[in-house]
Amino acid sequence: MSDQTMNVVIDRKPDMVVVRPEGDIDLASSPSLRAQLREIVDEASEAIIVDLEAVPYMDSSGVATLVELLQSCRQKGLDLTLCQLGERVLSVFQIARLDGVFKIAGSIDECTGTAD
Amino acid sequence: MMNPVPATTSKPDSEKNTSSIPGRGPAEPAMSNSEPTKELIPDIQMEFFSRPVYLGVIRRMLDSLCERMGLDPHQSARICLAVDEAICNVIRHGYDESPDGRITLTLTRLEKENPELLIEVLDRAKHADLDTIRSRNLDEVRPGGLGVHIINEIMESVEYSHREGGGMRLTMRHPLGSSVKKTTGSEQSDE
Repeated sequence: MSDQTMNVVIDRKPDMVVVRPEGDIDLASSPSLRAQLREIVDEASEAIIVDLEAVPYMDSSGVATLVELLQSCRQKGLDLTLCQLGERVLSVFQIARLDGVFKIAGSIDECTGTAD
Repeated sequence: MMNPVPATTSKPDSEKNTSSIPGRGPAEPAMSNSEPTKELIPDIQMEFFSRPVYLGVIRRMLDSLCERMGLDPHQSARICLAVDEAICNVIRHGYDESPDGRITLTLTRLEKENPELLIEVLDRAKHADLDTIRSRNLDEVRPGGLGVHIINEIMESVEYSHREGGGMRLTMRHPLGSSVKKTTGSEQSDE
């Protein structure tokens, strides 16, 4: 099966890692995202924020990838927040009834506690 | 030839009828294993290899088609998601991720009092056990197993059947126009 490499921007801050995937997350790209998230979790000792602002579309393989991330974070005692979900992406979590399972924030500032 | 009962997910009969194709000739018998829609000429028919890289292409085509059929972006997005999930299931479970299987997607506008979009996903993969195609318990938070639930949640009716000569047929219907379903995941109970 031919997979697509997913571009993921990683921004390491003092007390958190902000992970920004770029592009659709579907069956073609989720294996690449999964591999990169595993490396990030393995190395992380602080909170992880997944910024989904640049993700216009996600299917259940993307959701599964983030559920795996959530489980890994819980095992390591790391805080995980998803932020800046577009309507299309958020609706997938709602349909899967996972919008109450993940911590979801509207912005990075909201994650860092600097929002007004 | 096998003659299985198709696996069907549908609303109560008062809401819709999955045993026939309204508006296009005589009704087919319910639970038939014949090719139930073969006499229909789809508005669009695509055939492609079982490769995930084509999913984006298909979504863009569907987005455009749904817009032309008058669906709002929210409904278009949901239809794209359901079709994406259906094709993913064929790739992963039907063809076991082999890139050389063939998948056919047909899209047909059914003209009737309440128009519908008829979507079929056909393959020549192995026959799936129809009894095993169902949503899982969503209270269990774990990766995977969401595709069937998502399809059922979005589409007005969903029917799986075995094709003559091998392979599976997934038939989905979605209303067009004022009868479009407005529910979200949190408003509908699981099976």
